[in-house]
Amino acid sequence: MKLFTTPAGLAGRRLPNVWDAAALLCVVGALVAVARAAQGTLVPLEALDQPQISLDPMNLPNYALRTTLRMFAALAASLLFTFTYAPLAAKSRRAGLIMVPVLDILQSVPILGFLTFTTAFFMGLFPGRVMGLELAAIFAIFTSQAWNMAFSFYQSLTTLPEDLNEAARGFGLTSWQRFWRLEAPFGMPGLVWNTMLSMSAGWFFVVASEAITLGDASWKLPGIGSYVALALEQRDIAAVFWAILAMLLVILGYDQLIFRPLVAWSGKFRFETTAGAEADDPWVLALLRRTHILRLGGEAMERGFGAITGLRLGRPPRGETAEPQRAIAGDAVFAVLVGIGVVWAIWRTYGYVATTLTWSDLAETALLGAFTLLRVVVLMALAALIWVPIGVWLGLRPRWARVVQPVAQFLAAFPANLLFPPFVVVIVHFQLNSDIWLTPLMVLGTQWYILFNVIAGAAAFPGDLREAARNFRVGGLLWWRRVIFPGVFPYFITGAITASGGSWNASIVAEVASWGDTKLAAHGLGAYIAQATDAGNFQRVVLGVVVMSLYVLALNRLVWRPLYAYASRRATLG
Amino acid sequence: MDRSALLSVRNCRQAYHKDSSADLVVLDDVNLDLQTGEIVGLLGRSGSGKSTLLRIVAGLLRPTAGDVQWRGAALRGPADGVAMVFQSFALFPWLTVQENVELGLEAQGVPRAEREKRAEAAIDLIGLGGFESAYPKELSGGMRQRVGLARALVVHPDLLLMDEPFSALDVLTAETLRTDLIDLWSERKLPIKSILMVTHNIEEAVLMCDRILVFSSNPGRVASELRVPFAHPRNRLDPAFRKLVDDIYALMTRRTRAPAPTPQAMAADAGFATPMHAVSTNLLAGLIEAVAAPPYDGKADLPALAASLQMEADELLPLGEAVQTLGFGEIAEGDIRLNETGRKFAHADTDTRKDIFAAALRAHVPLARAIRRTLDERWNHRAAAVRFRDELEDHMSPDYAEETLQAVIGWGRYAELFSYDDEADQFTLEDIDGAA
Repeated sequence: MKLFTTPAGLAGRRLPNVWDAAALLCVVGALVAVARAAQGTLVPLEALDQPQISLDPMNLPNYALRTTLRMFAALAASLLFTFTYAPLAAKSRRAGLIMVPVLDILQSVPILGFLTFTTAFFMGLFPGRVMGLELAAIFAIFTSQAWNMAFSFYQSLTTLPEDLNEAARGFGLTSWQRFWRLEAPFGMPGLVWNTMLSMSAGWFFVVASEAITLGDASWKLPGIGSYVALALEQRDIAAVFWAILAMLLVILGYDQLIFRPLVAWSGKFRFETTAGAEADDPWVLALLRRTHILRLGGEAMERGFGAITGLRLGRPPRGETAEPQRAIAGDAVFAVLVGIGVVWAIWRTYGYVATTLTWSDLAETALLGAFTLLRVVVLMALAALIWVPIGVWLGLRPRWARVVQPVAQFLAAFPANLLFPPFVVVIVHFQLNSDIWLTPLMVLGTQWYILFNVIAGAAAFPGDLREAARNFRVGGLLWWRRVIFPGVFPYFITGAITASGGSWNASIVAEVASWGDTKLAAHGLGAYIAQATDAGNFQRVVLGVVVMSLYVLALNRLVWRPLYAYASRRATLG
Repeated sequence: MDRSALLSVRNCRQAYHKDSSADLVVLDDVNLDLQTGEIVGLLGRSGSGKSTLLRIVAGLLRPTAGDVQWRGAALRGPADGVAMVFQSFALFPWLTVQENVELGLEAQGVPRAEREKRAEAAIDLIGLGGFESAYPKELSGGMRQRVGLARALVVHPDLLLMDEPFSALDVLTAETLRTDLIDLWSERKLPIKSILMVTHNIEEAVLMCDRILVFSSNPGRVASELRVPFAHPRNRLDPAFRKLVDDIYALMTRRTRAPAPTPQAMAADAGFATPMHAVSTNLLAGLIEAVAAPPYDGKADLPALAASLQMEADELLPLGEAVQTLGFGEIAEGDIRLNETGRKFAHADTDTRKDIFAAALRAHVPLARAIRRTLDERWNHRAAAVRFRDELEDHMSPDYAEETLQAVIGWGRYAELFSYDDEADQFTLEDIDGAA
C-alpha cells in the first residue's frame, strides 16, 4: 500500500500568514451566523409530526437502509463540492489565497459540536416537515467528508506533472476535456483514499445526527442512530447489540461491494510508469472485469462516459507568459472584499458572544481544552505503545498482514459511537471514575488508523535493509531504535494524525455518556460543548467549538506538520 | 523572400523578471527559419534555452519579446499542425496506448470511427501493432516513446517538435528508434513537413539533422549554424562525419569571451555570478586520473575521451568545466588539458588531494572562500545557507542557484573546508581539522 498524505499533513510546508487569520475569522463568523439563524427558527419546530421509532429488530434492515442512503446522498454532495471548490481554488490565484486556508481550518473544526445548529437551521428551511431533518442529517455527514476530499483534490491539481500538463495543452485539450483526461484521473487515488477516510467519519456523524436533542425538544429520524439512542433511553442492551450487528453488516457490505473495488480500481490512475507488484483484484472487481455480460455493460458505460467527457466544452488552451500579469486593481478589490468579510465576521462574533460571555468563560474553556488535550496526548502515546509493536510484527509477516489489514481498515470505518453503550454499562455498573474510564472511548474508533498504517509501513520496509540488519546482527532495542522504527515512522505519523483529529471530534460524544437516567461526564472541552448543547446555550457551544478548533489547529501546526515533514524528509534517500 | 517558410522566429527574447536585480535572460535575440522538408536540430548545453525555444514554437510559452510566425500568421498559443514529442514521453498512465494516441484527435473533435482508424494506422506505422490495449506501464522505454511518436503523428502535423526524444532511452533502443524514424522520413511515410528537435547529443544531431543551430549559454543565443551535407542513411564512422562531430565539439568548448568586467565588480561578484554544475568529486577525480594517465598523458581529445568513457557530450562537458573552474586544467577547441596542479592532484594520495582541492577552492571559487571566511568570523562557526542562496539568486535562476550551492557544498565537504548540516540548512566548521 502506498503512503497517502493525510489532511493535516497535506498543507505541509506552508507557513501561517495573514490569509490564515482572515480565513479563521471568516469561518468563526459563518459559524456564528448559522448559530443565530438556528436560534431564530427553533420555536415552530416542536410541532413536527415525528415518525415513531420502534426497538423491534425486524425494523433494523429498513433503518439500516435509510441510514446508508443518507450516507451516499452526502457522498454525492461532497463529490460535487470537491469538483467545484478545488478547481476554483487551484485555478484562481486570488480565490486560492482565501479558499485554501478556509478549507484547512474547516478540517479542524469539530463540526459534531455544531450538529444541533445545522439541524435547527435546516428544519427552519422546511418548517414542519421531515425533509428538513433529512437534509440536516445529510448536511452533517457532508461536513464530515467534504473538506479533506476537496483538500486532497486541490493538492493533486497543484501538483500535476509538468510534462502531462504540456502534452494536454500542446494537443489542444479544452478545459472540459482536460479535467476528465488529466486532472480528475490524476487526483483519483488520493481522492478515493480520502473518501474512504471521510466515510468512516461520516458513519460516526450519521449515527450522531439522527437523534438530536436541543434543550427540551428532541427529534429522531428513522435510522440506526436513533434506534441506538432510543435503546439507551430505555436501557435495552439487547437492542444495542442488534444495532451493532446491523451496522457491522452494512459496513461489511459497503466495504466489500464499493470501497475495496474502488480502491483497487483507482490504482490504475496512480502516477507511476513502472509496473509494480499488484494485489489481486477484490472479488467484486474481478466479477465486474471478468464476467462477460457485466463487462459488456461496463464497456457501454465507459463509451458513454468517454463520449461525454470528450466533448469540446470550455476554453482551448492559450500560450502562457513567463510571468502572469498582476492586475493590481483586481488584487486591491479582492483584498477589500476579504477585508469586509473579516470585519463583518468580527462584528457578528463580537456582538453575539460579548452579550453573555466573559473572559472567565474563555479561561474555563481553555482549561477544559487542556484536559482534553492531555487525554488525546496520553491516548496517542498509549495507542503507539500498543499498536506499533503489534503492527510491526504483523507487517513483517505478509501472511498475517493480509488477514489483519482488511480487518483493521474495517474497524476504522466502524462508527465507534455505536460501541459506547456497552462500555458505559460497565462503567456505571462498577462505578468507575468517569474522568479516566470515559477517555478510552475517544480512541476506540481511531486507533485502527495507527494499526493499519504501521502494518503498511512494516510491510513496505525494504527487504535489503532487513537483511543488512540481520547480517550485522542488529537486534533487540537497537533494531527497534535504528532499523524498524525510523522505517515505519512516516506511516505511524500518517496514522496518528488521522487518529488524533478523529479523537478530538469523538471527545464531544465520548466525554459524556448516558444510560437511561444515569449521566456520566468527564471534565473536558467535549463535555462542555455537549452540555452546553443540552442546555440550549448557543453562545457557549460556539465558544467551545472555536476554542477546540484552535487547539486542533495549534496541535496540527506545531506538532503534527513538523513531525510529518521531518519523517518524510528522513525516510527518503535523496 | 525564400521558399515557403513554415515557421519563422524573429528577435525572440525570453526573460524572467527578478525583483532584486536585473532580469534573468534565458533566450536573447534568437532567429530561426524552418523550411518544408528539413530536420533542424537545436544543440546546446543544458541551460542554453533550447527547450524554452521549443516551447515557444509549440505555443506553450509566449516570448517576452519577438515575433513568431507559423504558416504566415502570428502564433497565439498551441496551434493546429504542430505536435510535440516529450523527453519523458508524457504518456497518460491511465489511458491505453490507443487512448493515448487518440488524445490529440479527440481534442480536435474528430468523430470516434475516424479517430480509431487513424490511431490504428499511426500505431501500425510506428511498429506498435498489437499493443493497442496495453497501458504505458506495461511497455519498455523505447515502446513508450513510440507511443509518444504515434500520438504526435496521428494528428498529421506539419511540424513535429521533439524535445530530447531519445535521451531517456538506453543507447541501443535510442539508436533503433532514430534509424526507424529517419527511414520513415526518408521514405516519405511520415505525414509531416518538417522536424525541429532539441538535443544535447552531438552525434545524434549530426546523424539526423539537415541543419544544426548551436546554442551558447547565459543567455541562450544561437552561437553558430551548420549545414549537414550528408545523405541518409549516414555512417557514424565516415571520416567526414567524425570531422563534423569534432568541429562541433570545438565550437561548444570555444571560450566565449564576455566583456571584461571592472576589477571591483570581479572581486565582489565573480564566482557568485557563474552557475556551477554539481559535479561529484569522485567523477572529477576519475576524469583527472583518466586524462593524466596514458594514452592521453595530460591532454585528451574530448570526442575520443567521451567515447572511451562512454559518456555523452553533456555529461563530459560539465566535468571538463569543473576541472577548468578549479584551476586543474583547461578545455579549448575540443581538447582538455591538465596543468601542473591537475597532474599533481592525479598522482597524490587522498589527504594530499584534499589539501590541493581545498587550496583550489580557496583560490578559484569565491563562493567557497566566502563561506569559509564567514564561518571563521562567526563566534559559533555556523552560518545559514539561505543567505548564500539568496545572494546567488540575485545572479541566476533559483534552480541554478540551488545547483551551484550543491556543487560548492559537495566540494567543500570533500576538501574538508567546511561542513554542512542539512537539517538546519547551515554551514558549520564541526569536524573540520585545523578550524579555529
